[in-house]
Amino acid sequence: MGLDNGLQDGEKEGVQSLLSLRGIRKKFPGCLANDDVDLDVLPGQIHALLGENGAGKSTLVKMIYGILKPDGGEMLWKGAPTAIDTPSAARMLGIGMVFQHFSLFEALTVAENISLGIPEELAGPGLNERIVEISQVYGLPLDPTREVHSLSVGERQRIEIVRCLLQSPKLLIMDEPTSVLTPQETDKLFKTLERLASEGVSILYISHRLEEIRKLCHKATILRSGRVVSECDPSQETARSLAEMMMGDDLTLAERRSGTEPGPVLFEVSRLSCQPEDPFGASLKDISFALREGEILGIAGLAGNGQRELMGMLSGEVLSDSPAMVSMGDVPVGFLGPRRRRKLGLGFVPEERLGHGAVPDMMLWENGFLSAMQGQNLMSNGFIKVAKTIGFAHAVVNRFNVKTPGVDHNASSLSGGNLQKFIVGREIEQNPRVLIVLQPTWGVDAGSAAAIHQELMDMAANGAAVLVISQDLDELFAVSDRISVICEGRVSRATPVSETTVEQIGLLMGGLQENDSAITGLAP
Amino acid sequence: MRIEARTAISKPMIYIAPVLAIAMTMIAGMGLFLVMGHDPLASLYTFFIAPINNLDGIAELMIKATPLVIIGIGLSFGFRANVWNIGAEGQLTIGGIAGGVLALAFFEVDSPLLLPGMLIVAALGGMAWAAIPAFLKTRFNANEILTSLMLTYVALLVLSLLIHGPLKDPDGMNFPESRMFHDAALLPILVEETRLHAGVFLALAAVATAWVILGRHIIGFQIKVIGMAPRAASFAGFDQRKIIWLSFMFAGAASGIAGICEIAGPLGQIVPTISPGYGFTAIIVAFVGRLHPVGILMAGLLMALSYLGGENAQIEMNMPNAVTGVFQGMLLFFLLACDVLIKFRLRYK
Repeated sequence: MGLDNGLQDGEKEGVQSLLSLRGIRKKFPGCLANDDVDLDVLPGQIHALLGENGAGKSTLVKMIYGILKPDGGEMLWKGAPTAIDTPSAARMLGIGMVFQHFSLFEALTVAENISLGIPEELAGPGLNERIVEISQVYGLPLDPTREVHSLSVGERQRIEIVRCLLQSPKLLIMDEPTSVLTPQETDKLFKTLERLASEGVSILYISHRLEEIRKLCHKATILRSGRVVSECDPSQETARSLAEMMMGDDLTLAERRSGTEPGPVLFEVSRLSCQPEDPFGASLKDISFALREGEILGIAGLAGNGQRELMGMLSGEVLSDSPAMVSMGDVPVGFLGPRRRRKLGLGFVPEERLGHGAVPDMMLWENGFLSAMQGQNLMSNGFIKVAKTIGFAHAVVNRFNVKTPGVDHNASSLSGGNLQKFIVGREIEQNPRVLIVLQPTWGVDAGSAAAIHQELMDMAANGAAVLVISQDLDELFAVSDRISVICEGRVSRATPVSETTVEQIGLLMGGLQENDSAITGLAP
Repeated sequence: MRIEARTAISKPMIYIAPVLAIAMTMIAGMGLFLVMGHDPLASLYTFFIAPINNLDGIAELMIKATPLVIIGIGLSFGFRANVWNIGAEGQLTIGGIAGGVLALAFFEVDSPLLLPGMLIVAALGGMAWAAIPAFLKTRFNANEILTSLMLTYVALLVLSLLIHGPLKDPDGMNFPESRMFHDAALLPILVEETRLHAGVFLALAAVATAWVILGRHIIGFQIKVIGMAPRAASFAGFDQRKIIWLSFMFAGAASGIAGICEIAGPLGQIVPTISPGYGFTAIIVAFVGRLHPVGILMAGLLMALSYLGGENAQIEMNMPNAVTGVFQGMLLFFLLACDVLIKFRLRYK
């Protein structure tokens, strides 16, 4: 990779950039999202776009893909000034984008979904054959006749990629593509991307996973507060130096505490099963685990394997079939709702930020009230203690470095990562005995993720029991004491982190059974 | 040309919109008068100023606004929580009957407790009628729009049955009307020589109470969260069914009180038609008022004025009765148009 890159740098003068941005500016009310951004993407280059939450990465790619319109500056496509007004104009030029959130219809087949998102002339007869052909050439196995609801998240992502590739793009934009993949699937995706790059397709790659960027990308452009602060060859940097460039500050990585003896069981799930109400949801099958004082248990798994359903049962948003399926200490809580469980010392962070963890059109302090009203004593006789609630929200904003003009701004005005910091911080600030978090650092930048990890570990060190459900194995291996895997609604036996490897967990996430020889063979 | 969503929604505009809508209604109204061959300014005066340029007119305005505001406030809780109670007219009718029956039962009694008793019984009557769709919704998930609306017609038939039967005035020459209430069962008149009654204080109290509940109380908070983000409400642990019940109870009590305010106020007896559709007009009032208590107060006055103006235009200018409906319709149309343009903008290609 280093060699490739040297070549490209050398050729820079001679090679015409595929896409050049000159002095791009975009202002939103109250914030300058992009200011004087220059960017050059060469043909066949895998170009990383790096930055903290709210640095302006999403805004920039949305302008390239024609979803937003820049307020100033110029876009050059193959050297010619070009205005990209709409996504379809972008697709006409040969720009494809794979979004972080897929837009697929669960009840339709792969081919039907693909045909809906491409120009009509491409969607005609022979589509199935072309899907199969492309998917074979690029190592993206896909059956065009399968219905989407039966596919894993990795397979769904392949649909989106194949949909882009069918239109023979010159530039492929990928927004956090690996956050939903197992390590093995990630490796496969990288092979595909490298192959595309070798054929001359440029790739604009957004990710928070710095190690991946070091492995994959030829060049990185780093944004901070809407401006380009530096450019570099990521393979010549360390993950730490990349993170520091993003933050403009020294990175304090979360430090693992020395192993303390776990105490008594604070939270226990025994033989928990349930059928989902949603026909496309996952059912939970005979799940048992215990959470002890002072430990962090990690549950790894790919999205859609029952995490949401499990979270609903643990938080009390969905009640169990019998009270003893979930218990806190000696108290069976299976029939108790979220408020009664909070009273017993439970805190929890759901996956969806807007609309589940927070009310988008309510102010931050009101969102603070949402889960802290009982624990923080923010009510008297049913009346909201406004001053005290605002104080609580301020404490969360300050402690977790949430970037917002004030706690009287609506939750929807925050960037995703900032809101995540607020939602996680809101629970941690309440100091619960048991904390359950689903995807604690999803979409959160490295610096803030490290801070959240540190807070979780501090909580455990102070005697809380913490459950982290995540797809991010780096995260789980960084914070957990024990780790287990959820796959198709079953949770595997938890193993101490020191006795397992990322590969082993990755295979379990992909559906291999614990006693399979592949796993035993990999044991350290 | 196409319509696209605005990235930022201007907050002041949300409150300016009703004012703009009123201004545009006036302008369009003047155009309408002009086309019909009337002097636009004089017509506008006849419609909007003349009805309230004397004490009696202002009193009439407040009398008409009182039930609209009370019901509008009651409905606004449910509408915020996505509970679509369309049956306020029926709840008003049953509440009015219940309170009126109490007045007739204690016809000979001259006690200061009678009037408060009537208010309480009327509120309970309205709540009982509202409890039916609430129960059907929470127990069987029946659509409350249909059940509450259909129950309105049942309520009107119940009124008709009673007023042609047991409640009919024995000395009333067989007219379908009850006895006239005694003074102890009538709301006190506030201003001599007018019909303005103490019900207007109830409307103001409803506005103040709703303001406090929505702004500072956990019940209002729950209602808002459920309306804006139902899953966040379940995250917080709010009980959706409890809020459905509460919404119906608020609306039922408010409608029942509005009903007895009519019977113990301007009517003074139970008649076959208690309300000229206040329960339905209050739905418009609630939305024109942005489901905000003060907004509902303003909208209630405005809607009341359109009733009076329509009547006056009929008398003074020989306009058809439909002119009231046209003005109410234009107002709603312009308000909705403003709403659309606040959230979206036109783009010319």
